[in-house]
Amino acid sequence: MLIRVNEVQDNSRRNFMGRSSGMLLSGAAIAMLAGNSHLALAAAGDPASDVGILGVALGLEHEAIAAYQLGAESGLLQKPVLDLAVLFQSHHKGHRDALIATIEKMGGKPIAAKSNADYASALGAGSLKNQTDVLTLAARLELGATNAYLGVIPSFGSRELAKVAARLAADETMHWTLLSNALGRPVPAAALSFGA
Amino acid sequence: MRIGAPHVLLSAYLALAAAQAAADPDAGRGEMLYEQRCGACHGLDANRVGPHHRGIFGRRAGSVEGFDYSAALRNARVVWNSDTLDAWLANPEALIPGQRMGYSVPDAMDRADIIAYLRWVSPKGH
Repeated sequence: MLIRVNEVQDNSRRNFMGRSSGMLLSGAAIAMLAGNSHLALAAAGDPASDVGILGVALGLEHEAIAAYQLGAESGLLQKPVLDLAVLFQSHHKGHRDALIATIEKMGGKPIAAKSNADYASALGAGSLKNQTDVLTLAARLELGATNAYLGVIPSFGSRELAKVAARLAADETMHWTLLSNALGRPVPAAALSFGA
Repeated sequence: MRIGAPHVLLSAYLALAAAQAAADPDAGRGEMLYEQRCGACHGLDANRVGPHHRGIFGRRAGSVEGFDYSAALRNARVVWNSDTLDAWLANPEALIPGQRMGYSVPDAMDRADIIAYLRWVSPKGH
């Protein structure tokens, strides 16, 4: 595996919080991701519809957090893959917290996470026998999340929230890419393979 | 060599069959599309972010046991069949205003293939 986890961790934390000097983000998008979602609301277009979509996104993040927890506790992951899984879970926790804050600021009620046992059952965690199985499940979930976030972008009334969805998709794509690398899979041969 | 009438007829038949095959919904392609487009939130047998899909044909919208639907879905008077699924996938909000699925499948052939797959995995009789 060609991953240096510490470097990935340091860089992604800086970028996620919008402090990277190389990124140009709108004030509203930075506000939401930094936890000041009331600033993002000023740009919202159709709040009720947008809250519904954000709620679905929150459901995806709850599931991803649980999936990585199940993987980490399975005893099937070895370092440095285990460290990578924990790092990716921290990204999803960051997504979750930002989504919850935004939903609440927009007057919505964030859905609560189910129990890990519920997620384990729904994801078929009982069939995971080795590290490859865990990584395969994680890669499938990350690819699904990438496509889901890309797919909802046109549905947001708020262009700022649409941009946030694009940034979430970028994180999931990064996760999928590294998981695929760990699984020894080739990169996609065709262009525009995500969100089709 | 002269091309006889049987050869011409056979060619025409094969061309027609190929065109028909291209137009018919493809459940196999639908399975791939389902995994790609729907699999983030849905599964066939387990409720996840969205409700499970096996047996969706003939089922009333918002009626899967144990799934926490929006009020819009719970109160919808829609029964899932090929037509309602096509309308839902094309524009969920247009079919059931106030629902929460922000995802759509704009291409009609993609929708038809996904619906064919859902029919294929559902119990017979619908």
